[in-house]
Amino acid sequence: MKVFAPIYAAVLYGFIFLPVAILVLFSFQGGRLPVPPFNGPSLKWYEAVLGDSDLMAALGHSFLVAVVSSAAALVLGFLAAVALARYRLPGSALMRGVLIAPLTTSYLIIALGLLGMWNSLGLTVSLWATGIGHVVINLPLCFAIVYAAMGDHQRNAERAARDLGAGEMQVLWHITAPMLAPSLLAAFFLSVTFSWDEFIIAYLLTRFDVTLPVEIWSLLKSGLNPKTNAIGSLVFLVSVVMVVTLELAVFRRTRR
Amino acid sequence: MTAGVEIRDVTKTYGTAVALGGINLTIGAGEYIVLLGPSGCGKTTLLSILGGFLAPTAGTVLIGGQDQTHVPPKDRPTTTVFQDYALFPHMTLRDNVAFGLRMRNVDRATRAAKADTMLAIVGLEGASTRRPHELSGGQRQRVALARALAVEPEVLLLDEPLGALDLKLRRQMQDELKAIQRRVGTTFVHVTHDQEEAMAIADRIVVMNAGRIEQAATPRRIYTAPASLFVAGFMGEVNVIPLTQGMTPLGPIMAGHGTVVLRPENIGPAGPIPLGRARVIDAAYFGGYLRAHLTPVSDPGRILIAHLPQGMDLVAGTEIELFAQDPILLEGA
Repeated sequence: MKVFAPIYAAVLYGFIFLPVAILVLFSFQGGRLPVPPFNGPSLKWYEAVLGDSDLMAALGHSFLVAVVSSAAALVLGFLAAVALARYRLPGSALMRGVLIAPLTTSYLIIALGLLGMWNSLGLTVSLWATGIGHVVINLPLCFAIVYAAMGDHQRNAERAARDLGAGEMQVLWHITAPMLAPSLLAAFFLSVTFSWDEFIIAYLLTRFDVTLPVEIWSLLKSGLNPKTNAIGSLVFLVSVVMVVTLELAVFRRTRR
Repeated sequence: MTAGVEIRDVTKTYGTAVALGGINLTIGAGEYIVLLGPSGCGKTTLLSILGGFLAPTAGTVLIGGQDQTHVPPKDRPTTTVFQDYALFPHMTLRDNVAFGLRMRNVDRATRAAKADTMLAIVGLEGASTRRPHELSGGQRQRVALARALAVEPEVLLLDEPLGALDLKLRRQMQDELKAIQRRVGTTFVHVTHDQEEAMAIADRIVVMNAGRIEQAATPRRIYTAPASLFVAGFMGEVNVIPLTQGMTPLGPIMAGHGTVVLRPENIGPAGPIPLGRARVIDAAYFGGYLRAHLTPVSDPGRILIAHLPQGMDLVAGTEIELFAQDPILLEGA
């Protein structure tokens, strides 16, 4: 058992991270193909990535869509959670179900639906359409995380705030939101992560102002290239930073 | 600031269940009122109606002469010390106490100064920058009190404020609550099920049972002249003896017709009213007295509880002569 456990762990982590490690390793490749033998290290592909204006534009688009759509999903999810947790509404079980439903729907279906609607409205697909698609997929997530975190503890503090003269908006701003801060941050960062590497919706709902995953896809169509490894490594770095931030800012604090 | 409260014909029903049935009560400005009763008697419902958290089914609530029946909590001249304190965990003690003033648009410097003053009044000077999770239960209770008093309410409502504290701390906080109330002069309405707490603290006790007021009077009157058998029994142990035309199974204790109530401390080996001989069933040492169960020779089916002097040698089975004083007559009960 003493021998087995560490070996098992090593195999498991290897299974998960070996592909990423290979990707990162060959982003430092000196030659023209991201396959062995490794002759590096070299930063020339990173140079190429940072000098590629299409890639940099796509990076900016991805960042914009991720932050704005996550913020929108968070605000909407938070307000929905407050409404369903604090007020007795007709059909609240049904409303909860409908809010959560997109979580179980395939992104492809959501993308097709949005595409059809966008076309029938006579609008051209754009970053906006992608952003709305990302709100659709992240709203249920934000709602579920925030709703699960709301308990009697906050309810009593909210009642005390009203007793001391706070209006409903003041209660939300000064009491409910700060007390839920760890969950709100968790929901936001998870949304950003999901939006950051979402492909199908972004692929179907953008044309010229594409996001990073779509740009990487079009790079891949012209064959494997250490440049794709470099941009992949950068994307991975962003995700790592996000997870570490989440760990430090949110979970560390709630555990204290 | 302080104001009186007038509760007129207040009822609260949930479907067919009656939580409050026709409550009438006038509370004077600056009075310390304790609502006392067993769980489910409606005392917390009444407090919630005073605070605006519940609307009565019928009736009116006036505070300082103004009809407040349907005014929401945030606009009422009342504040509440909640049973679980409900402090804001993400704020310092100063921000907690200053919260009500902030909601009233008081500027930052003024409200910080006021918060520090209030914290000093409750014995927490110098703790302004600490957070609720660093405090003990008793300290949190004090912060909740300071926070509720900081906005200078006309009426302070306290919902079992000492319920979560251990006995020793509870007795100490009772005295402090009373002292703070004397100092600020605000009307206090305090809910509890602990009759000792009520006696220690109240100007007037309102004993409630099954959604009605049984009696509203000073602690002394509640104890010595209870209006009903319920009040007599809730305020302490009693011996209940039926009285028919001035006669009881133990002899003529007093004139009248109804029920005689004798407190255990009013039964002893000497006194103005003879109860006849009684046999000792058991006796236990209680420090200041011996708590004994006895059965009268003239009425063997009855068991009396008496607090007897600790010097007495009470062996089970021996007979002693018993006397009574200060009997309470409940007519028709």
